[in-house]
Amino acid sequence: MDGKCDDPRISTRIHSAPASGTHARQPCDGAPVKVALFVTCLNDTMFPATGQATVRLLRRLGVEVEFPSAQTCCGQMHVNSGYVPEAIPVVRAFVEAFAGYDAIVAPSGSCVASAREQHKIVAARSGDRGLVKAVDEVSPHVYELSEFIVDKLGMVDVGAYFPHRVTLHPTCHSTRLLGVGDRPERLLAAVRGITMVDLPAAEECCGFGGTFSLKNPDVSVAMGSDKARHVRESGAEVLVAGDNSCLMHIGGLLTRQRAGIRVMHLAEILASTEEAA
Amino acid sequence: MIETRTFLGIPPFPIAAKKALADSQLRGNMHHATHTIRTKRARVTGELPDWEQLREAGADIKDDVMANLGGYLEQLEESLTKAGATVHWARDAAEANQIVIDIARRHKVDEVVKVKSMATGEIELNIAMEKAGISVWETDLAELIVQLGHDLPSHILVPAIHRNRSEVREIFLREMGKVGMAAQADLSDEPAELAGAARRHLREKFLRAKVAVSGANFMVAETGTLAVVESEGNGRMCLTLPEVLISVVGIEKIVPTWKDLEVFLQLLPRSATGERMNPYTSTWTGVTPGDGPQEVHVVLLDNNRTKVLADEVGRQALRCIRCSACLNVCPVYERVGGHAYGTIYPGPIGAILTPMLKGVGTSESTDALPFASSLCGVCYEVCPVRINIPQVLVHLREKVVDSHRGGVPGTLLTGMKGASWLLGDGRRLGLLQKAAGLSSRVLWKQGLIGRMPRPMSRWTDARDCPAPPRESFRAWWARTDGGRSAGTSGTTARKGTDQT
Repeated sequence: MDGKCDDPRISTRIHSAPASGTHARQPCDGAPVKVALFVTCLNDTMFPATGQATVRLLRRLGVEVEFPSAQTCCGQMHVNSGYVPEAIPVVRAFVEAFAGYDAIVAPSGSCVASAREQHKIVAARSGDRGLVKAVDEVSPHVYELSEFIVDKLGMVDVGAYFPHRVTLHPTCHSTRLLGVGDRPERLLAAVRGITMVDLPAAEECCGFGGTFSLKNPDVSVAMGSDKARHVRESGAEVLVAGDNSCLMHIGGLLTRQRAGIRVMHLAEILASTEEAA
Repeated sequence: MIETRTFLGIPPFPIAAKKALADSQLRGNMHHATHTIRTKRARVTGELPDWEQLREAGADIKDDVMANLGGYLEQLEESLTKAGATVHWARDAAEANQIVIDIARRHKVDEVVKVKSMATGEIELNIAMEKAGISVWETDLAELIVQLGHDLPSHILVPAIHRNRSEVREIFLREMGKVGMAAQADLSDEPAELAGAARRHLREKFLRAKVAVSGANFMVAETGTLAVVESEGNGRMCLTLPEVLISVVGIEKIVPTWKDLEVFLQLLPRSATGERMNPYTSTWTGVTPGDGPQEVHVVLLDNNRTKVLADEVGRQALRCIRCSACLNVCPVYERVGGHAYGTIYPGPIGAILTPMLKGVGTSESTDALPFASSLCGVCYEVCPVRINIPQVLVHLREKVVDSHRGGVPGTLLTGMKGASWLLGDGRRLGLLQKAAGLSSRVLWKQGLIGRMPRPMSRWTDARDCPAPPRESFRAWWARTDGGRSAGTSGTTARKGTDQT
């Protein structure tokens, strides 16, 4: 767990109290790293275990985690469906909840991409200069979990233990919009006991696509069925990804097929330890 | 004469796609063809160390052309006229078609040979000429297969990509004799034999035709040179044998100089067929006395391109060089084929180009196209001129939704407005989650939601849905002080997916 602070933005906010019960991580200026967790509306509502795992993991790495309770959603569903004016209150709620934080960490590549790429579109449509400015200030501080751990904490080995055969779906928005590259793979490769197996055609979209899954359900399912077939062919016990939206879609197909393969968010594997196993 | 089919009447994408998905022959053909070409493209683009710079150069050159289109068009007209060509300006499809028909009539011909061209497909020139009593013979092999099969093109570069070789054999045997030289009776489905039959069938038409119709991949403004890039040599035949050549070209096809052309002659073949260089590149500059066509016409086509140019986000689509790389990598296109898009321009580029050329809000079919994508972004990754297709798709979705505002709000608008209200405040979202958690206790014992009635069936017909957890993350955080109070921070098993 060696590494260094390479982001001056994280250390500018000084907090005196280290996270309870852990060795608080000391960035460049000696203050503990403190982040706001953006759990995302989907994880909050449907997959709280992912949020809990993210909290456990970050605390174990010496990070102090706050949960601004005014947070709701990134607004991506509205923007990607064409309902931009309806996304304005959502983006406003986002910047109000997260204003002033140096690092906002989310266990979702897709929602982070939305905050970085789409919030400015919504703000521009609102015609509200205050919102444009707030978005400009907040969105550069939003990080996807694997980005935050590898780039900002400078870690690859997070001290996790997970003795299972695992395959990774890299997710389109993580790889193509955010460019997280091989960070999730590097984090997983350092997990003790894990056996990583290749997923055929891993980079191909699973077909979820937000409201695409409902507007074009037949194409979505055709794409997802091929993804599920590749997951079965990989021989993995567990399919991991950095986005629960893709996993909800692929997992829904796998359980319907009685495939006996479970899906897990990256945070849940990285949070697993020998003690907790 | 063969009656050319139109895309009119193809149902909107979700319905057409459902039908296409059930065609296992089509699925097999498409999977094989797209994966073959995908692999070839990846190999020949990967070997160039300056591929990314070439892409940037391609985008920059086209952006410069778009920003100064008026000046370049005047320059082109001047150089073309100086070189002995006749320039025609066509505002729309009807004007362009009439210009071509008038020229053909002046030469008293009842047939023309044709080089594969997207612009003439866009304006449905073949249908207009057939109405005027003039036969149009497509000479590109794939276009010939489509035409003889009374079919529609399903790919920009390989219009018969949805057909396999045994289907091609059947079409040739059945149809060639009706409109010219018949195929040999013992024709096999070996590609070389099929090509031989096409060659013999077409040669008769090449040698007879007095008028040819083409498009152009590029027009060089500084010299008035048009360029066609092709694989089969049929283009070269059409561009050199007949006495009269008419080229219908979209106004966005300009490149300023020959030096700029160099960039695109690297980008196009590698992106399109996955070749380092295409077999035939033909260029012609007006009329050369005693050599090639002695009457050269260039029809410069707008057909709403200037409207696309006015759209700040959408105008990048005018960079397109019709290479089809986005089609070949698209997971949606691969599974449904081109016909489901109901337009001459299928796939990701078609999903943005068609609604912009035809106008958003003009038909249900056109408006469905920007939604025919999972926004996976692989099209943007391969585009040789860096068109950010996902960005334009999202932009057009906004325009489609806006064009339908004002009437009685539909279910989706009502839902989106409701979600907007709920997600505008963390407390409201919390209340919703409590209700969902309560329903979970009462309704879903297994943690999974199986088959449900409409509209939930759109999800649950093929996929299980996790039941909402009893406690949301925010409720857990509030109850346990973020897991700091005792006994609550252990792993909560993911509902419904834990079968191991």
